[in-house]
Amino acid sequence: MSTKDRKYRAHWYDGLTEGISMLIPYRKNKVYHTMQAKRARTGYLFVLPFILGFLLFMLKPLVESLQMSFSKVTLIPGAGYDKPWAGLLNYEYAFGVDPYFNQYLVEEISRMAINTIATLVLSFVVAVILNQKFKGRTLARAIFFLPVILSSGVLPGIESQNEFYNMMEGVAEAVANSSGVNLSAALQDLLSVSGVGSGVFDVIFQMIDAIYDIVMASGIQIIVFLSGLQSISPSLYEAADVEGCSAWEAFWKITFPMVSPLLLVNCIYTIIDFFMKNDNRVMERINEVMYKQAKFGEASAMSWIYFGVAIAFIGISSFIISKAVKTANE
Amino acid sequence: MSKDNTVFLGSRANFWDRNRLSEGYLLKKTIGRICISVVRALLLFGLCFMIIQPLLTRFSKGIMEERDLYDSTVRLLPRHVTLDNYRIVFELTSFPTSMLNTFWTSLLVSVCQIISTTLVAYGFARYEFPLKKFWFACVVLLIIVPPQTIQTALYMNFVNFDILGLFKLFTGSTINLRTSVLPYVLMSLTCMGLKNGLYIYMLRQYFKGVPTSLEEAAYVDGCGTMHTFVKIMLPDAFPTIASCFLFSFVWQWTDLFYTRNFLSSYKIYSTEMSTIVSRMARYFATEQGTAVVVPDGRQQQLISIAVLVCCIPLIILYCFTQRTFVESLAMSGSKE
Repeated sequence: MSTKDRKYRAHWYDGLTEGISMLIPYRKNKVYHTMQAKRARTGYLFVLPFILGFLLFMLKPLVESLQMSFSKVTLIPGAGYDKPWAGLLNYEYAFGVDPYFNQYLVEEISRMAINTIATLVLSFVVAVILNQKFKGRTLARAIFFLPVILSSGVLPGIESQNEFYNMMEGVAEAVANSSGVNLSAALQDLLSVSGVGSGVFDVIFQMIDAIYDIVMASGIQIIVFLSGLQSISPSLYEAADVEGCSAWEAFWKITFPMVSPLLLVNCIYTIIDFFMKNDNRVMERINEVMYKQAKFGEASAMSWIYFGVAIAFIGISSFIISKAVKTANE
Repeated sequence: MSKDNTVFLGSRANFWDRNRLSEGYLLKKTIGRICISVVRALLLFGLCFMIIQPLLTRFSKGIMEERDLYDSTVRLLPRHVTLDNYRIVFELTSFPTSMLNTFWTSLLVSVCQIISTTLVAYGFARYEFPLKKFWFACVVLLIIVPPQTIQTALYMNFVNFDILGLFKLFTGSTINLRTSVLPYVLMSLTCMGLKNGLYIYMLRQYFKGVPTSLEEAAYVDGCGTMHTFVKIMLPDAFPTIASCFLFSFVWQWTDLFYTRNFLSSYKIYSTEMSTIVSRMARYFATEQGTAVVVPDGRQQQLISIAVLVCCIPLIILYCFTQRTFVESLAMSGSKE
């Protein structure tokens, strides 16, 4: 579309950016009069909200919270808070004194590692399926994106916090185990008796047991993979077909390499999403320490430890995935 | 998938004839195709059922009378249908008020967020400026820092709000902004709301994919920066922006973290819902005149209803926007 099609009308925002950028002082140097400099100023204007917000509402609290984690915070009513330096005391508290933090941290990390892998595999498979042509595809897509709504915010945590629910789960599991209806447990027994490497199977069974959580957590990942799949030009498949490539080969030679860069994006998203979930027990513990016990310093230390672990995980997994993708595509 | 020989034999040719001609290849191919679609259908049905099932269970549990809950012969379909539970939940969550508050705060906040993130994303996608890489790294940082890390400091920040000590200088004290919606609107306008880094990232990806020739043509025709942005870029970006808006709205609707920290003076549905258990006992006590222990099953039932009530407006919204939503996301990838 071109601007010629439309009748030119003046708007209140015409020349707004130009006007504001004129106000920004600049040195009377020739370099600053160039088109490039002008565009740089306009660019800065566009990102200005973010820069302001980042400095005010992100960097400042971030630095303060880091400070808090190293100091003994006591609230003074009406006048803010006092924070004398306390060294690593809060970190010692988190690891040594708090009865639950260590345990929850280890548990959540192992759960996260397994869930991330499972989420990536599942969302990729589902995206491939949803990209095919079949009857009722629109409906299936609509349903698969529902978890974006259903698993957001408070919704996933609220029912598991209820004691009755947990109790019922326990009862259901016990009943299923005793009557032998639980297929996965039976299979698990069978396989462990037959002596097949049990560690791997444990992981797989854990995934199967967590399938509901995994499906509920993979809405966005499916969307990302699906958009990647749709960007692959059909002519590639046509060419492969003409050359006698089977669908299986086409999948590994075309689909997978084309979509694999998105693996990294999805992996990072999954890890972050998992770390910030409401039903995450480390988060619950931090909230408890902060709001119920009002130990602000200790809670800050805990969340920094948690954040550090998250960053380490993201770093390691992105390193592995980018290496793997590179070698796979060579 | 498989190009069968209809071209050569005409569509009405006998399947078995065609199979003979292809030396069994057609049969093999057809069986394979049917197998794949059966497996696919089973898998999809299973997974879809798993997603839908909790909603259905909640619905059926919600319209049961209390005695049906303890009746072991009643599992899925209620024997005694009642809407009384909904009335109770509505009262417990102060329904019309909290829903209305949720609606306007979510709308306000997500509109603010989308306006600012769109502008910022456009700036990142189209302009070269010094330190651009650094600022974009900050966007990535924004995505990966859990808001919980900074919540204490942020909380203190708004309880004793002050810009460069100016207020303290003039009025002698700092302002407590925690009781108004203003801090969160400010944060939304400066891209610091819930998952805003993600929206910046998504929109930037989109804007990067749009050919620059459109804008250049507009510039040559004498169109200003803002005019170009509003008239040339925005209309095309509408589906992507709309889906970001939808994300933002939905996530804000169900959010507890920011709501609890910044909107605590309003009755918001998500906070009402998360504290529903604590108010249940008092409610039943006043209703029946004596102190009662609410049975866990009953609690669970009422929570289920509350969750369902929270989801229903979103699901209705999703049903209406689903098509644009899905298509826009599919499209955002297709423009290289």
